[in-house]
This record gives sequence, C-alpha cells and structure tokens, in this order.
Amino acid sequence: MAHLKRSFGISLWFMFLTLPLIVVRVNTVAREVEWRWQNLAWVGLGAFAIAWFWQFSIERRMAKRVRAAAEAHPEKQKHSLAQRLADDPVLSRRVLIGVAALAMVFPWLVSTGQNFYHVNVMVSALIFVVLGLGLNITVGLAGLLDLGYIAFFAVGAYTYALLNKNFGLGFWTCLPLGGVMGMLFGVVLGFPILRLRGDYLAIVTLGFASITKIVLENWDTVFGGAAGIANIPRPDLFGLELGGRDKAVYTYYIVLALVGLTVLVTNRLKNSRIGRAWMALREDEIASVAMGVDMARTKLSAYALGAFWAGLVGVVFAAHNNFINPDSFTFMDSAMILAMVVLGGMGSILGVIIASLALKLLPEYLRAFAEYRMLVFGAVMVLMMIFRPQGLINDMRRKYEYDTADGESDNGGE
Amino acid sequence: MAENSNGKKLLEVSGLTMDFGGLRAIDDVGLDIFEGEIVALIGPNGAGKTTFFNCVTGIYTPTLGDVKIHPPGGASRRINGMKPNSITALGMARTFQNIRLFPAMTVLENVMIGRHCRTSTSIFDAIMGNRKSAREEKESVDKSYQLLKKVGLADVADEFSRNLSYGAQRRLEIARALATDPFLLLLDEPAAGMNPQETLELDELITRIRKEEKVAILLIEHDMKLVMNISDRIYVMEYGKKIAQGTPREIKENPKVIEAYLGEEAHA
Repeated sequence: MAHLKRSFGISLWFMFLTLPLIVVRVNTVAREVEWRWQNLAWVGLGAFAIAWFWQFSIERRMAKRVRAAAEAHPEKQKHSLAQRLADDPVLSRRVLIGVAALAMVFPWLVSTGQNFYHVNVMVSALIFVVLGLGLNITVGLAGLLDLGYIAFFAVGAYTYALLNKNFGLGFWTCLPLGGVMGMLFGVVLGFPILRLRGDYLAIVTLGFASITKIVLENWDTVFGGAAGIANIPRPDLFGLELGGRDKAVYTYYIVLALVGLTVLVTNRLKNSRIGRAWMALREDEIASVAMGVDMARTKLSAYALGAFWAGLVGVVFAAHNNFINPDSFTFMDSAMILAMVVLGGMGSILGVIIASLALKLLPEYLRAFAEYRMLVFGAVMVLMMIFRPQGLINDMRRKYEYDTADGESDNGGE
Repeated sequence: MAENSNGKKLLEVSGLTMDFGGLRAIDDVGLDIFEGEIVALIGPNGAGKTTFFNCVTGIYTPTLGDVKIHPPGGASRRINGMKPNSITALGMARTFQNIRLFPAMTVLENVMIGRHCRTSTSIFDAIMGNRKSAREEKESVDKSYQLLKKVGLADVADEFSRNLSYGAQRRLEIARALATDPFLLLLDEPAAGMNPQETLELDELITRIRKEEKVAILLIEHDMKLVMNISDRIYVMEYGKKIAQGTPREIKENPKVIEAYLGEEAHA
C-alpha cells in the first residue's frame, strides 16, 4: 500500500508541475484562457502508472539481490542466457547458423521490386554495427575512451570519394585502401596521446574529430567543402548493371560480410594474447606494464585496429549513399557509436551488435510517433542505464580448457 | 655476510637516490641479492621501501645511482630508466602493496597476462588462428593452470579475480608474477591484511616457491614474525636511508633498528 500512496503523491506532484504547460493555454487571438483539464487527468494517470511500475521493479530487484546474497555457492548462481550460450558450443553454433540464415534471406523477405526501404535501413544499421564493433576494440576492450571515432569513418568515406573522383578507382580497390587510411590516421592520432588517460584522452579525441570536420568543411578545393562530393558510384559487381533493388541487396550482402568479418576478427583477437593485453591495460595500466605488457604497442594496435574498421566501412557508407558531406560526420554520430558500445556492454561483441541494431533501427521505425520518437528513444536509454548500467550483456567469462593433471602436458599442436 | 659467498649476484643496487621535487624519498641506498636468497626490506611506514621497489622495477626512473642485474645465463645490464615491461621481460617480476589484479578478468586470465612477455603471437597470427597462436595459447593456459595449482587457486580458475578473498588475491598476484618466468621475485607486503593462519600459509608458499621455481625473492614486509622466519638477510630503511643490514639475528639486536621501530627511549 505504501507503493500506491507514494505513486499517488508522485502523480499529484507531476500534475502540479505540468499544470501551466499543458492545462492552461492562452489564446491570444480570441483573448481568452483555455483550461484543458482532461490533459491533467492523463498526466496524473500516466505518472501514477509509471511510478508504481518503477517501485515495483526496484523492489523486485532488491528481492533478487537478497536471494542471490543468501545463496551459499556463487558457482551455482543461475547464469544469464548469454553466458549459457557461450558455455555451450553446440547450442551457440546452432543459434549462430540460424541467425546467419535469417540474415541471408532477410532482404528477400522484406523487399519487393519497387520497395526496398527496409533493405536500405538495414544497410545503414549494419554499417553502424561494424562501427560499434570497431569502437568496441578501442573503448570496450582496451579502455581508451574515444569521442572522435567518427573521424576515422570520415577518412574512409573521403578516401573512396576522392580516389574515385580524381583517379577513377573502383569500390573494391578503395575498400582496403579506406581501411588502411583509417588505420594510418589511428596510429597518427595514437602516438601523441599514448600518455593520456580517461578524460584527457576523451578531450583530445574530441578535438581530433572537430579538426577533421572543420578541415573537410573549409578546404573546398580538395574535399568539396560543405557541399560535399556527389555521384559516388555504388559497389560494382564485375561490371554488371544492377537495378535499384539489386543494388541495395548487393550492398546489404557486402556490409553483412563485413559484419561477419569484423565479428570473426574481433572474436579471435579478444580471445588471444593481444586481446588479453588490451583488457589488462583497461583494467590496470600499471599492473599490466609491470607484468610485461608493452603499453605503447598495445595501445597503438588497439587504436589502429579500431580505426581500421571505421575506415573500411566508411568506404561502404560513401558508396551506399552516393553522396557524402561533412554533416554525416558530426559529434552526435561519435556519441551514438559510443552509446552503442556502452549500452551493449563494454567488450561484449554480441551486446554491441544488439545495441547497434537497436539504436539505429529504433529511431527509424519510431517515425510513426513523429515528434515523440526522440523522447521515447531518450527514455529507453535512461531506463537502460538505470536498470542495466553494465550494459545489455556483460560479465561473460571465458572458460579455458586445461589439463588438470600434474606436470607439463603433452604438447598437442592443434 | 659469509652465507653469500657461494651464490652468484643477481641484483646489484648502488647509491640509489630518488627525488620527488624537493623531497628526497630514497637517499644513497645500496642492496645486493644473490642466487637463491630471500631478502627482506623492512622499515617504518614512509621509509621509502615501495619507492625503492618502483625504482628497481622501472616504474620510476631513479635520480641517481645504478641498478644492475646479472641474470643467470644472460648478460649483465644496467636497467635504470628502462620501461617496466622490458625489465619484466629481463626476468624481474613484482607484486603490489595495494593489490593490482585485473578485476574483470578470470583468475586464469590474470595469470595468462604474465605469460604475455614470454609469448609472441602477433595480431596477424591471432586473426589467422594459425598453429603458432594455438600452440602458444595452449602453452600459456597449461602453464598458468599449473601455477594456480601451486598457489592453491586451481579450483577457482574460472572465477572473476575480483570475487576472490583477500588472501587469495595476494596469492594470485604471486602466481601472476611467477608466470613471467622471473629469476628475481619482488613482493611488496605480501602478508598485509592477512590473518595469522594465512600468513603462516604464505610463509610456507614463499619458501616453497624459492625451492621449486629457483627464484630469489626480495620482499617488503611489516609482519616481523614472517620476516624473521624466512629471510636470509634483512635490509632496514628509515627516512629514505639504509640504517642497517644483516641476518635476522643481527637485525633483532641492532640498537638503531630498535630505535627506529620503538622510538628513542625517553630520557628522564
């Protein structure tokens, strides 16, 4: 009952707060004051419901925690779905094959000859999945807060646009070049900031992104200025002429392949000597250096590899849009990618994929709510951070296979 | 110091001085460690013991003085100003006074980080997942697991290190340091915060490590019982200066040491 009482209080308070805004309307033409009391009722009802649900969830969480604390053996705790998936190779392989199959047939399910809107939306979303996974290397695994990640994306996009415009190079030539350029810029930025940490690092990367954008905007003889570069060709398929829908589907498969490649590479790196060094650096820099991890090399490799994916997918972005200008590479985009990594759970590949898709698709499909979509979007983010501050998926621990026998094991190469 | 005559010198520190701005934290301290020895560095709080450790392991660059190492089967080198990771690669590994594990990594992974400087899988190898990376991965897992067994943490190998008890975390730090294949292990207050039972086990562990791993050990410690029990020689520091050195028996009777620890006797 205490809940109901408190919720009632909260709803009253909200009704009072919003009174001047949504109840009273002064009609200056007719010179009269309108009282829209029915709105007040809606606010009261809404606030009451939300407050009640809120308290209910908090109480449930507390109860759960108490129960977890009472549990004698932490080992016997129920693992999350993701952890169980990771622990069971057969199940995870099945799920993976299922998801892959679904991703393969997706464009044919949702598009018709004329309408391939959903395919295009998915291409944009998948581009951001690759970006999220790339930033996940830098921020999630190596713990280097990067607020200017979008700059590497711009580097890739402009690499393709300029090389194509000036030298007529095709998409497939530029794809690796874009990646390499991104990587180069990553190293160039990485060198001066090796010593920086946390907030300072964030400021420098933020500055780097701003510089990139300003250069792109103002050096119009080279980069085309604010007008950008138009008529960037779409990816070519052995010189075949593709229709509108086929082009979109083709691009979709290219990005899908890139996502697959990113997942594969990130996963391998994460579970290797390199990935462990990144994580150690994230956890405790001094300790990892004292344990023999070369800080400079490890940090630079994290920067370079993170930037590589941004450059690579930047090329796809330019090709997919046919047109780029500096407005596609704002701080908002950097923040968005960072939000994907944080929401997904730092370092978790699956989490970042889910978060990227959600953050990109949600605003798109919430268009039905018109002006409220950003409000809903913001509310989802806030709720997410309150109820799962550690991200969607985290706390995944990798189990290694080891011989429990004494002494040195026989040296099986594979 | 007759008991050193049969050993080979491993670490040779002479005239080590470290200034922080106008503050002289360490003043002209010398210290030698011979093969197979357990040496303790003791002194009141703020005597500069941990700073000494940081100078020797490369976290600080000393203002003056020499730190030389003579690895068994390797060339002697002066290591002042070298990066900590290079020093670890040369064969000196340390633990920290305030435990510095990698909390969000599993116990086994913590130890595997120690193997980092003994393996050489490159980014390319890791992406390709080739033979070399698979072999090295298996080697580090096995070696790390054996080390965990040695310090009695094998049954929690897949647990996050932050979930371990305090004493277990200290032992994990030792295992992690041992994973770097050191010839000299530097332990910074390994018994801090341990109960008597845990201290006793630690005593046994350190002696066992010396025997099985054939490493020399330099430790900073406040627990006098532990220090007197296991160390071959003791160095005493106060206000950044070395005030005494010798066997535990000599140190116990040294008036300067007694004064440093108990304060000067009040004169009536």
